[in-house]
Amino acid sequence: MTDIITGDPLPAPPPRRSFLRHNRAALWFMALLSLFTLVVTLLSEAVGTGLISTSLVKILGMTLCLCLVAVAMDVVWGYCGILSLGHFAFFGLGGYAVGMWLMYARAEIIIRDSLATAEIPPTEAEVADAVGSQIFGVVGSSELPALWAFAHSLPVQLAMVVLAPGLLALVFGWLAFRSRVTGVYLSILTQAMTLALSLYLFQNDSGLRGNNGLSGLQNIPGHLETPQAVIAMWFFWGSALALALGYVLFAWILSDKFGSVIRAIRDNEARVRFLGYHVESYKLFVFTLTAVISGIAGALYYPQAGIINPAEIAPIASIYLAVWVAIGGRGRLYGAVLGAAVVSLLSSWLTGGGAPDINLGFYVIEWTEWWLVLLGVGFVAVTLFFPRGIGGLFDHFAKER
Amino acid sequence: MHPPPTRSLAKALKMLTILRTFLGLVRRCAIWVLVLSGPTLAQDGDAPLQPVLQNVRDEIANPSRSSVDRVLDALTNSDATGVVDFLRAWQDRAVYTDPATGLFYYAREESGDLVLIDIDSGAEGATVSTRDVEHIRPNGGVRREVAASLVQFEVSSPDPERRRAALEAIGRSPDAEQIAYLAASIGSEPDPEIRARKERLLTLLSARFAPDVEDRVAAIETLSGDVSTEARAVLSQILATRQRIAESLPQDVNMATVLEIGSDLGVDAAYGRLVDAGLAPERTDTDSILAALRANVVDGAVGGIPLHQLDTEEARETAYRALSADGLAPQLFSDAEVADAVGHHEFFEEYVEPNEEITDAARAAVDGTGTRIAIFEGLSLAFDALSLGSIFFLAAVGLAVTFGVMRVINMAHGEFIMMGAYTGYVIQLFVPDHTLSLVIALPMAFLVAFAAGVALERLVIRHLYTRPLETLLATFGISIALQQLAKNIFGTQARPLTAPDWLAGSIALNDIVSVATIRVAIFVLALIFLVLLLLVLKRTRLGLEVRAVTQNPGMAASMGIDPDRINMLTFGLGSGIAGIAGVAIGLYAQVTSEMGANYIVQSFMTVVVGGVGNVWGTLAGAGMIGFLQKGIEWFNPSNTLVAQTYLTLFIILFIQFRPRGIFALKGRAAGD
Repeated sequence: MTDIITGDPLPAPPPRRSFLRHNRAALWFMALLSLFTLVVTLLSEAVGTGLISTSLVKILGMTLCLCLVAVAMDVVWGYCGILSLGHFAFFGLGGYAVGMWLMYARAEIIIRDSLATAEIPPTEAEVADAVGSQIFGVVGSSELPALWAFAHSLPVQLAMVVLAPGLLALVFGWLAFRSRVTGVYLSILTQAMTLALSLYLFQNDSGLRGNNGLSGLQNIPGHLETPQAVIAMWFFWGSALALALGYVLFAWILSDKFGSVIRAIRDNEARVRFLGYHVESYKLFVFTLTAVISGIAGALYYPQAGIINPAEIAPIASIYLAVWVAIGGRGRLYGAVLGAAVVSLLSSWLTGGGAPDINLGFYVIEWTEWWLVLLGVGFVAVTLFFPRGIGGLFDHFAKER
Repeated sequence: MHPPPTRSLAKALKMLTILRTFLGLVRRCAIWVLVLSGPTLAQDGDAPLQPVLQNVRDEIANPSRSSVDRVLDALTNSDATGVVDFLRAWQDRAVYTDPATGLFYYAREESGDLVLIDIDSGAEGATVSTRDVEHIRPNGGVRREVAASLVQFEVSSPDPERRRAALEAIGRSPDAEQIAYLAASIGSEPDPEIRARKERLLTLLSARFAPDVEDRVAAIETLSGDVSTEARAVLSQILATRQRIAESLPQDVNMATVLEIGSDLGVDAAYGRLVDAGLAPERTDTDSILAALRANVVDGAVGGIPLHQLDTEEARETAYRALSADGLAPQLFSDAEVADAVGHHEFFEEYVEPNEEITDAARAAVDGTGTRIAIFEGLSLAFDALSLGSIFFLAAVGLAVTFGVMRVINMAHGEFIMMGAYTGYVIQLFVPDHTLSLVIALPMAFLVAFAAGVALERLVIRHLYTRPLETLLATFGISIALQQLAKNIFGTQARPLTAPDWLAGSIALNDIVSVATIRVAIFVLALIFLVLLLLVLKRTRLGLEVRAVTQNPGMAASMGIDPDRINMLTFGLGSGIAGIAGVAIGLYAQVTSEMGANYIVQSFMTVVVGGVGNVWGTLAGAGMIGFLQKGIEWFNPSNTLVAQTYLTLFIILFIQFRPRGIFALKGRAAGD
């Protein structure tokens, strides 16, 4: 403002530098992620010394996927100021999309194998019927719902990984942003969307096996003979690559003028609108893109988890996602990665019975019982005293140096 | 001009009453005719019973289902005394027989032996060992038969309890014979309640079994508009149909419906009926085609087609036709042949009741009842919706205060509900009297939740007033910590919060409309809260200060109001109400650590839909959500999940069009 009043010339734009040199955090992140991937690979059962068990490789791979969805959440919340309580639903949708193919293709292989010895070869209709009753017998139906029309086709289902969350986010975001729903109202609205989706999936006639969800996803059709150690390694590499690409993509988007507009919308939406920017389009773009990335993360996560059910999509999961990002530190991408990795690994360590109980003499603290209390209270403390989260510690170091 | 619907309805009802009175008179006359013409009943005469018993000695001593009728005939047609007492004793396994003489006795037990009692004189006789006499033990089937035949005596029994039991037995298994003695017993019935019941049963019996057509029609007509389950059951039994098939429609049957092929009955289903009736050969389905093909494999081929080519329906059909052409398999019917066979027959439903006059009357009666049933079902649905709405209101009204007035998102609100419910549970552990414990629990739950709310506001929320999104997250942290704490303390299983007896059961208007008393109580509680909250906000000093701080904290502070204190009290008030809601919800649902979380999203939506910052808005939101959910459930009663899904979608859309809710604040107070 003062520039304009005093009539001073605007400061010259900084010389254009290459994106990666400009963005040192991204470089550091890539280097560390590569190192981490290399170490895990060398220590794995499949290709290395076997120091890291296959189940741990899976947990690490899943954690990388969670980091990716946390990065997406950070972009939409930490940078754009939309506290979405629906991004874990997009994550789940991606998982369902790929899970349908995994389940259908595997069931089809099993059915064809068992019918191959029959004297008269089966017709296509018979195979489809058998697959239908194999998959849907558990909810008392034997017909494949229309939703599964393309479940046999990997390309279509992979496209659905992107399209299902993308379209849902596009339509929902368009409706919500258009009517200027902001702040806590938007949070409640996205939570309502997540609730509706999970309630829908909980029904047995939703066409997605109700509360049984999709299972057996760790078996990859076409590679049923391949040991899980090798498959776990593939998915670990895939997850690491997806995280790296996602991180760079978001860092690149946010480094430019576009990023500045996004941050400005977070800080004062009305002022950005008065400056002539079409705020709704920017928000819609960020909301949809992050939803798509969340879907991809989910598509990589659930084959490693092996099972997906509607409880994964429940509103609470999306709130946990926000908790991770807040603990890691909003408004910095590596903060989201840190938060997701630390909290989810700590959670699976403490609730998995790996951590020793603490004997106070008069009371034994069992971590399985007290972890959530600790998380809840710790989270309140972070919100109150360290609004910048774990990532804020780096600022601290940087300042001292 | 038509008269307004309510007036025409009242008129119709009045007409109906007049008609009923008239028909009642007609029916009474009919009953008199019945009584006069009915079979004479066995009355207690003065002949001794023992000889009568000896006539059917074997059947009594060795009772069985096949012989019991002979005994009953012999006894009820005799004029001996004490027939009823004997039948009762026989049924109660209190009859003994002396194998030497073949005489029957009652007996009284005395120090392990039996004192025999003469059946006719009632005099006590010899004391015998239980081994010396034979104890007659009729089985369950025989006892039921005896009980059924006893009913005719029991309806006139001097003991009202026995009369009631007899009427109940008639209601359970009605038959034609009961008409006569039931009608005979009405005249001497002293108890007006039992008398009314007898008259009603007689109407129901006459509708089904009266020998005279006019009597039946008259009785059926009085049942029109009667929504009780038993009346509707009688009508539907009269209208029972059976499926029939014929080459052409017969003239001499009481036709219910002629089924149109295609619209009423599918071709395949119709053919299935033909097959069931033995009028057409069974159609070859895919399984039997496959079996026939398998059975006729010759040199790796069937009917000249190699096996590996049989992986389509068409190839299999061709092979099968080749087989049946060679006589190796039954003929394959094409769809056209099936349709042809179906087309040559008429499918219809015929009333089991042959008399058209009676079925017409019954159908008219059912039609007359239909509208009334619809009205009552609507009423019942409205009551359900109202009760659901009041539960939502109770759960959400505390939020309307904290979120609506203070704009603070409190995700731990559900846990305050849970706290209130657990408070009630703990108090019930110490105070076993349910009414007293409820009286203590309501204020205690308020205090506990109030204290928790004030603590939350002081420790966490007041630091975050400028950061609403972070309030959401911090209170969510509190919420998961509180939930887990409750789990650690009370365990994961559901805890009961028992309602006092006077709240158990339900208030029934008729067989269709009945409301659980507890739901009525919750509705009343919701009303009380509405009034109390409005009084507090509009009529007290605290309310005035709350509204002042809401509208302009700075100005309020400069007028000497302490905003800190007001915020603290407001938050405590909202939380305390949640605590009381917890007791109410715990009474009809169970108390678990997750019960609050189940309501939190719904509660937020209630407040948002209703309009933030307005208690009336919350009321409207709760009412709307309650009615919508029940309305959607009515379309698909099997699945409440569907209702919730559509409801949530509807709310998302609703907020599109009224982003600030039903009651939007206008002017400066609206903010933004």
